[in-house]
Amino acid sequence: MPDSVTSRLSTLIDRNAAVVLENWVRHQLTARTLRPDLMNEQELRKQSSTFLTGFQRALAAGDANIDGPDWVPVHDLLASLSAGRAEAGYTPSQTATFVFSLKQPLFDLWRSEVTDARQLTDGLWTITTLVDALGLETTEIHQKRRNSIIVRQQQELLELSTPVVSLWEGVLAVPLIGTLDSARTQVVMENLLQRIVDTGAGIAIIDITGVPTVDTMVAQHLLKTIAAARLMGADCIISGIRPQIAQTIVHLGVELGTVSTKATLADAFAVALRRSGLSVQPTASAAQG
Amino acid sequence: MDRIPILKMGRFLLVTIQVDMHDRLALALQDDLTARISETGARGVLIDISGLEIVDSFIGRMLANIAAMSRVLDAETVVVGMRPAVAITLVELGLSLQGVRTALNVERGMAALEASVEPVGRHDRARH
Repeated sequence: MPDSVTSRLSTLIDRNAAVVLENWVRHQLTARTLRPDLMNEQELRKQSSTFLTGFQRALAAGDANIDGPDWVPVHDLLASLSAGRAEAGYTPSQTATFVFSLKQPLFDLWRSEVTDARQLTDGLWTITTLVDALGLETTEIHQKRRNSIIVRQQQELLELSTPVVSLWEGVLAVPLIGTLDSARTQVVMENLLQRIVDTGAGIAIIDITGVPTVDTMVAQHLLKTIAAARLMGADCIISGIRPQIAQTIVHLGVELGTVSTKATLADAFAVALRRSGLSVQPTASAAQG
Repeated sequence: MDRIPILKMGRFLLVTIQVDMHDRLALALQDDLTARISETGARGVLIDISGLEIVDSFIGRMLANIAAMSRVLDAETVVVGMRPAVAITLVELGLSLQGVRTALNVERGMAALEASVEPVGRHDRARH
């Protein structure tokens, strides 16, 4: 039965396309979710008409299963429509309501043409399932877009937040900002080791001024990084240990072993220069002044 | 069976690992190297592992063992040219090769050895 309902519905929509569209647009214009600030009536009408045409074509193929191949164009249409609306600033429910509001004109159309009670309910049920599924799909598309943005930003943040800078020939610095978890440790380690290979640096300063807390886990990750750098032939100095952090480290019983630690990056840099056989001296003009 | 060549460079021995190590090869290297150290009286061993792409816990332990054996024979070991991926793997395996000296490349490793065994060099050569 449902297939004959879809084909009949398709013919009905085709024949009364203008009326249905008019009703639908009228519904949308009076709806609470209308956003005249984001889209004018003309655009709304165009979007509605495109969607209605796509919907009718998919129905004409006689397939009530929206996962079928006949519905692919409708899915594509929804994807671009949902993306466009999300960008314009529509909320997911406003976009979904756009699709849901098609129910009313379709119900009206069906009711005006079909008199048999059984067929009437069959048709209403088919319309409801179809439109509901399509409406929910817009929300899903919205959600997927959001998720992909979050994943991408996480990735970018991870890369941005772990720079390796060259302080001097043979001296690298890794200013760590934020909590050190295993994923970040991995990135820090890879970046640092690669830079050691590229620059031939012999000393790396890991600055933890921006690390809010150091617990056993963070210390473990730091030590791992230091061990890996040592295997590549580079010595590491930990700098930027705030007084509270020093206390925490001792209270927790974290064993930093033979790793040299300094209070500030400047101290660590001085040590690094001394180890490289360099020194910083005031110039003549500064000495006079 | 193929073996890893051990080259004598002055007072030091140079071992360049260019192939992926398998366990038999590693054991053969241990035998050969200890024999060469006692034979030549070498004061230092450079192990260049820049060609090594894959390590497992056995190879990691073998590197530590070789260093320990050489130390017993009064030769210092420097492992040079470790790749970043290899270093990360070893650390993840919990093998940080404590007690093994490391350097970025052969040149640096050689300089480190020179610096650490310098004082006894002249005396040593006179003996032979």
